[in-house]
Amino acid sequence: MKKSWIILAIIVLLVIIGYASIKNTYNQMVSKGEQVTAQWANVENVYQRRMDLIPNLVTTVKGYADFEQETLTQVIEARSKATSINVDADNLNPAMLDQFQEAQAGLSSALSRLMVVVERYPDLKANQNFLELQAQLEGTENRIAVERRKFNETAMEYNTFIKQFPKNIYASIFNFESKAYFAADEAAREVPQVEF
Amino acid sequence: MKNCLYLFLLSLLLTGSAVGQRDQNIIPARPVPPRLVNDFADFLTTGEESSLERKLVDFNNETSTQITIVTVPSLEGFDISDFAFRLGENWGVGQEGFDNGIVILVKPKNENEKGEVFIATGYGLEGVVPDAVAKRIVEAEILPSFRKGEYFEGLDKAVTTLLELTRGEYTADAYLEETADNSVSFGIGFFILFIFLISLFSRIRRRRHFSPRHNIPLWTALFLAGSAGRSHGGNFGRFSSGGGSFGGFGGFGGGSFGGGGAGGSW
Repeated sequence: MKKSWIILAIIVLLVIIGYASIKNTYNQMVSKGEQVTAQWANVENVYQRRMDLIPNLVTTVKGYADFEQETLTQVIEARSKATSINVDADNLNPAMLDQFQEAQAGLSSALSRLMVVVERYPDLKANQNFLELQAQLEGTENRIAVERRKFNETAMEYNTFIKQFPKNIYASIFNFESKAYFAADEAAREVPQVEF
Repeated sequence: MKNCLYLFLLSLLLTGSAVGQRDQNIIPARPVPPRLVNDFADFLTTGEESSLERKLVDFNNETSTQITIVTVPSLEGFDISDFAFRLGENWGVGQEGFDNGIVILVKPKNENEKGEVFIATGYGLEGVVPDAVAKRIVEAEILPSFRKGEYFEGLDKAVTTLLELTRGEYTADAYLEETADNSVSFGIGFFILFIFLISLFSRIRRRRHFSPRHNIPLWTALFLAGSAGRSHGGNFGRFSSGGGSFGGFGGFGGGSFGGGGAGGSW
């Protein structure tokens, strides 16, 4: 009689422990996943900040009548292309991220071309308004780099977490998928060529 | 048996608080004892260092805003901005939750390379020190002095301006108020848990006198201790590095950097 009670108690305890372990892991996966989503929002935020700077930049530069229209058009086009891509934060797969990154890289290179062309216009370079915009743009590029790095770190933490044994079993049962990373930006690393 | 239990508990606590740190081989380690002026490149004289240190520590005690000056002999191939953000993040300059830290990073001029300087602002100070303002401080206050070789004067002027700009933004009282709640509830929770564990242990010991094989409560204790260790583990590291003490500099508080700031070279 007494023995069966002990066995029953052990079984109940094992069930409780099993439940607690699954619950704990599941909840941690959810919160780590949410951290990635939140960090993604930060990434989008800084990219948006860059897009918001562009109309101002274009207006300032346009004031210089002889400024090359082609470079400006390229910036505007790249911006509207980047705006048209929306990423679903809950579904951060590599294809989606690549597409987003490509559009943003297009804008980056259009902007750096613009900055190179500006070098030929001493009046514009001395314009206080333009200098302010330039500082803001540099700051935004820095922020983009930082938030992307933080995104990769958060995503790596989440991916490592769900891929470890035995959490990978729970992850596949509950359908937790690994998140994509930002790749190093090839276009951004290239130094734009100056043509005279 | 009791020893085993303690070992088990200890290992749970240790795994919870061991946080992996990358970049550590490149970014200088957080100074021990904590200092706000860290002249790794031997850029300033000892007297100049302590004068700046006193100014910054007083400001930290008054407002909880942490401004740190760091000089390094080399950037190890990093952009100066990237180096400054990583350093600020690694050291946790500024208070957690407020992110009111500033890193002034200087890489002095040497035979082959020009000197570089960068002011990195924490998330919480991007409003009072926007990039354009940081840029102006660098261009108008730091660089002209640096070009003349007056390193201390340049830094001192920049610090004075930054103090004026950031002064109204955060106060040490607001910081203490906000964090007081947190640490008290944490302390109480930990105390209750402690009492609970002690009573469990003593019950185990008492029961063993009556029926030596009846060790189910031990399982319960292990299970409870395990989940408790995990949920609180993350907090230990943060609390040990919390700032806000008066007198000397209490340490960096866990602030975060998002890429704000500006720099220049000479």
